[in-house]
Amino acid sequence: MTVMDAQTCEARLSQIARVSHGRLVAILASRSRDIAASEDAVANAYRAALEVWPSKGLPANPEAWLMRAAKNSLVDKARSAFSRTSTSLYDDSGEAMEIPMKDPDSEFEDLPDHRLKLMFAAAHPAIDASIRAPLIMQTVLGLEAAEIARLFCLPVATMAQRLVRAKSKIRDVGIPFEVPDREHWPERIEAVLEAVYGAYSAGFNSAAPDQQGEPTTDERCADALQLADMLAVLLPEEPEALGLAALIAFSASRAGARLSSDGKLVPLDEQDPYLWDAQLVARAAEFLSVAAQYGVMGRFQLEAAVHAVHADRRRTGQTNWSAIVHLYGGLLTLAPTRGVIVARAYAVSKWKGISDGQAALGMLSDEEIQTFPAALVCRAHFSAESGERIGALRDLECAIKLLEPGVEQRYLQTKYEALRSTIL
Amino acid sequence: MRYTFLLYSREADFANVPPEAMAEQLQVFGQYIGALQKAGVFVDTDWLQPTSTATTVSLATGSKVVQDGPFAETKEQLGGYFVVDAPNLDVALDWAAKCPAAKYGRIEVRASAMPPGQK
Repeated sequence: MTVMDAQTCEARLSQIARVSHGRLVAILASRSRDIAASEDAVANAYRAALEVWPSKGLPANPEAWLMRAAKNSLVDKARSAFSRTSTSLYDDSGEAMEIPMKDPDSEFEDLPDHRLKLMFAAAHPAIDASIRAPLIMQTVLGLEAAEIARLFCLPVATMAQRLVRAKSKIRDVGIPFEVPDREHWPERIEAVLEAVYGAYSAGFNSAAPDQQGEPTTDERCADALQLADMLAVLLPEEPEALGLAALIAFSASRAGARLSSDGKLVPLDEQDPYLWDAQLVARAAEFLSVAAQYGVMGRFQLEAAVHAVHADRRRTGQTNWSAIVHLYGGLLTLAPTRGVIVARAYAVSKWKGISDGQAALGMLSDEEIQTFPAALVCRAHFSAESGERIGALRDLECAIKLLEPGVEQRYLQTKYEALRSTIL
Repeated sequence: MRYTFLLYSREADFANVPPEAMAEQLQVFGQYIGALQKAGVFVDTDWLQPTSTATTVSLATGSKVVQDGPFAETKEQLGGYFVVDAPNLDVALDWAAKCPAAKYGRIEVRASAMPPGQK
């Protein structure tokens, strides 16, 4: 153990919390059945760490240390609630103060099980459908409410309030923390898969060197990849679980090609296919081919299939854009989102030319384009290609303003400046 | 945990039910109660007179007000309830789905908020 200053301690803690938060909450919540109280307990453990670690040094196993502190806080709270009201927070049997829990170090051995239980509780049909995936993202995958709100295009306060309400309902109506019988899986799996994908996307978008920092692969991407893998193994008869595992593995295979050596973003069709992780690509392809055997198409399988076509460039040296356009056509009927429309429009332009791409992007209204960075970037590309550089600059500028600071924003900034220099 | 099933249906649908059909319904409910008891989850139940017979009492305005009629006019009316003691919501929902009233109406399942030891 080494003594450290408060600032170093805080930095270390936030680094540890990034990975451990969701795991700590999942374990405590699956034991106590009270998600909000578990989150409070973990927050108390962070406070305790900030007090103790600077003088005593970083514990050998910080995660187990936090687990122990959080567990103590949870038990203390249950005790004081019990003595205050003679009711227990956790059970009505009267002997409920003791939260059944193993030694903090060995709790982590059962982590997959705890996380699965919590995911299925959050995906319960008694919980409002629109909050299931956000709830899983927050409690199991450790995303912050603000991040989730951004992913679902909702005000943070609204999202936070809905999350609180859902957690109270889980506690108050006795939604079980159990992996349900197989027959109940299909009705719950959608939210679980959506949450894992959302967490992957959030990690992906932040997996970038920050202003000063080193380029890092986001731990949450690795976590989502692992969870998707686990779900695919647990649910081999759910083609969409396999589809998601394929999708994430394909995307993760490009982690090494996505940024240039100086930390700049490299768009997919400009990436060097030999930098893609061949092992991950093979695993993704395997998942996708198993999924296809069920003959039930779904959103994640289609998106994974788009990735598979891109991955084929390593073998053939070119991208089969017409295949991609057709796959996006399928996605348009299954899950029509602005993202799909934009991606399809870009693919159409690569296949048939800019004016056809522009026509395909016309499925979005000007207002829908104005509020969606990817659509603005796509329209800017079409404009620039057809000589309308002023319009292109205007759209790029809007997109830059909409984006959070990060590699994507910097990439557009470079593009913007390059384009502007051709005019001035 | 205790759960109350509030059974809602359209009273109008039962206005002209012949006595034989009514007797049959009573028997069906009797079997359901038997099943709840056998499983050890049964706590209480009642079947209520129609809302047209309801009387509403309140002291909320400061003095006692007694009024003829239900508290609120709704499309579907509360016609009865069950109270069961189940380990969790899933078990309660399974029992609610087996309730004969689910075939013609809706069952609202509500968990008890009563602190233990005070029921």
